[in-house]
Amino acid sequence: MIEAINLSKTYGSDTVLNIEYLSIPKGESFGLVGNNGAGKTTFFSLLLDLIQPSTGHIMNHGVQVNISEDWKPFTSAFIDESFLIGYLTPEEYFYFIGDLRGQNKADVDALLDKHREFFNDEILNGKKYLRDLSKGNQKKVGIIAALIGNPEVIILDEPFANLDPTTQIRLKRIIKELADDPEVTILVSSHDLLHTVEVSNRIVALHKGEVVKDIATSEETLKELEAFFAV
Amino acid sequence: MFLHFLKLEWKAFTRSASMGQEIAMRIFMGFLGLYFLVSCLALGVGLYPILHKLIPDQKPIHLVNSVVLLWILMELALRFFMQTLPTMNIKPLMVLPVKRQTSIHFVLIKSIYSFYNTLSPLIFVPFALICVQKGDISLSQALGWMIAVTGILLTVNFINFLLKKKFADDIKGLLPYLLVVLILFGLEYFKIFSSSRVVAKGMELVLQYPLLAILPLLTAAGLYFWNFHTLKTKFYLDASLKTKTQEARAINLSWADRFGSLAPFIKLDLKMIIRNKRPRATVIMSAIFLAYGLLFYTNKVYNDIPAFLVFVGVFMTGIFMINFGQFIPAWDSGYYSLMMAQNIPLREYLRSKAGLMYLSIVILFLGTLPYAYFGIHVVLLNLAAALYNAGINIPVLLFAGSFNKKRIDLEKSVFMNYQGTGATQWIMALPTMIAPILIWYIAYKLGNPTIANLVLGGIGLAGLLFQGPISNFIALAYKERKYRTIEGFKQQAS
Repeated sequence: MIEAINLSKTYGSDTVLNIEYLSIPKGESFGLVGNNGAGKTTFFSLLLDLIQPSTGHIMNHGVQVNISEDWKPFTSAFIDESFLIGYLTPEEYFYFIGDLRGQNKADVDALLDKHREFFNDEILNGKKYLRDLSKGNQKKVGIIAALIGNPEVIILDEPFANLDPTTQIRLKRIIKELADDPEVTILVSSHDLLHTVEVSNRIVALHKGEVVKDIATSEETLKELEAFFAV
Repeated sequence: MFLHFLKLEWKAFTRSASMGQEIAMRIFMGFLGLYFLVSCLALGVGLYPILHKLIPDQKPIHLVNSVVLLWILMELALRFFMQTLPTMNIKPLMVLPVKRQTSIHFVLIKSIYSFYNTLSPLIFVPFALICVQKGDISLSQALGWMIAVTGILLTVNFINFLLKKKFADDIKGLLPYLLVVLILFGLEYFKIFSSSRVVAKGMELVLQYPLLAILPLLTAAGLYFWNFHTLKTKFYLDASLKTKTQEARAINLSWADRFGSLAPFIKLDLKMIIRNKRPRATVIMSAIFLAYGLLFYTNKVYNDIPAFLVFVGVFMTGIFMINFGQFIPAWDSGYYSLMMAQNIPLREYLRSKAGLMYLSIVILFLGTLPYAYFGIHVVLLNLAAALYNAGINIPVLLFAGSFNKKRIDLEKSVFMNYQGTGATQWIMALPTMIAPILIWYIAYKLGNPTIANLVLGGIGLAGLLFQGPISNFIALAYKERKYRTIEGFKQQAS
């Protein structure tokens, strides 16, 4: 269960996020949509305690994220390339994250093997450092690394951007599979309404930092969202 | 078109993210520049009387002519290492209706307006004018001579440009040319063939026939076009803008596993050091500085001022600690968000950095052991200094690191690289170096060297004993400034 209470973030006189109350129950597949500057990344950064809230706070499984570090063992995320270590090879990076999350080499190998298809033979044994991979391949590494160690909360910011169509479809399959697990809460943001509708069972639309839609996904959701964003 | 380019340059300069923060650095560099300009001018004015006094039976102009080749070589070496070539962000320009030639001319002409091109004229112009005033040469001779020297200066400028463009990535390619220089030097040394005399003869000819001054200018022009063509062929994305990819090399660091929970971080830091230019250069420099002791221990003067030897000890055993520690946590600036969001308690993170520095102090201390040759007191002093470094200086540097918020590009070379350097680094130099000297010196004055060593080492040991509570305190400081640090590291350094 994740709760945002009275949460706001202000830069000078600019309020970029203002959420009175938002709760995300355990096991939910939560989709966050919105235009540029709607506050999606801001929300995720607050959830990961990378920026300081101007007011309010976020509780992650009963831990107030800006006070205690105890949310870290069960939370993982891929926000942007600042989550990658450029001078490591993909394998070294995976093992490093594995070390941090108490996974041994075999555990990590098993996970990598499971997602071999997602990598499309472009990542592993490539003799390349992460900094030399293409944007799309870097993203693949970041996404899979966020799954290491069976986290209960997974946060993916714009995971579909920069991926090729085949990989997008494979990623949707992975997210749906995670969504089926009642122990895993997965938070995904996207510009792409269709993708989000497909993988999430609840969608929140942000506009200028405010929650403007909060709907459980159904047949009509896509139409409703499209109608909202078609201005 | 050039005007547009100049406007872009000005905007790039004034809008760079570091503009405000680095103002102190800029002022410092400004003063340094001014100092060099004034020194050169003073040398230019004073050269004639000095030479006249030292070697009265020869005309100063002839003496100067005889060292022109030496000057060329020195100027070239200085520029190769210090001068940064003007660069231009050509990627956005390639699809715009800008002629390729124009941008290349712009870059080349811009290189003429370099600070390094103003230094030598400040010497030779006053010198030549004084020569005229003293009646050694006529005005037309002086004019020709100055033009020739200017031509040589420009030639050096463009040779450097060419060298840097060609050899910046591949320093080994330079070896054959260095070999030629060495051979010429050898021939000169063994008085077989003097190339400096050839150049001197040339300069004398210029004095005889001032019109010959056109030759160096022509050489410079020729080099200008050589550069132009080199650049022209490089002016394609796939040629020079394509980022080079290195083949990843696996490193076996399993020996580091014995550090337990700190092992992953220590291994990460070791890879960081091995695979990135800047931290690698830092380590190599540390090794070189081990030789620093030779300068001091062999010199009687310093042996009589034992406080100096404290400085040497702190410096030699702590050079890696200082070079590495002062930029913690900026080494991880590229992925600091990850470090802060991943399952890493800040305390562990800091302890791993401290661990790496302890390791370096042990290794460097072992490296100083051969200095036992100069007496056992040297070893004891270095041991005390090493303990002080480990117990006090490491926590101090770590604490100071919590104020770091400047990004470091790991792949930029370390030489004359002030990236990531802020007020913190300058302020930290004082307590880390001066405090141990003072402590030791006071104890030495009140007692004797042994007591002084015991006091200095004892303070270090006390620091080591209390490292638990100290690192909690430091971790708190990091947590307090975490958001500021993350934000600072996100800013691309210019």
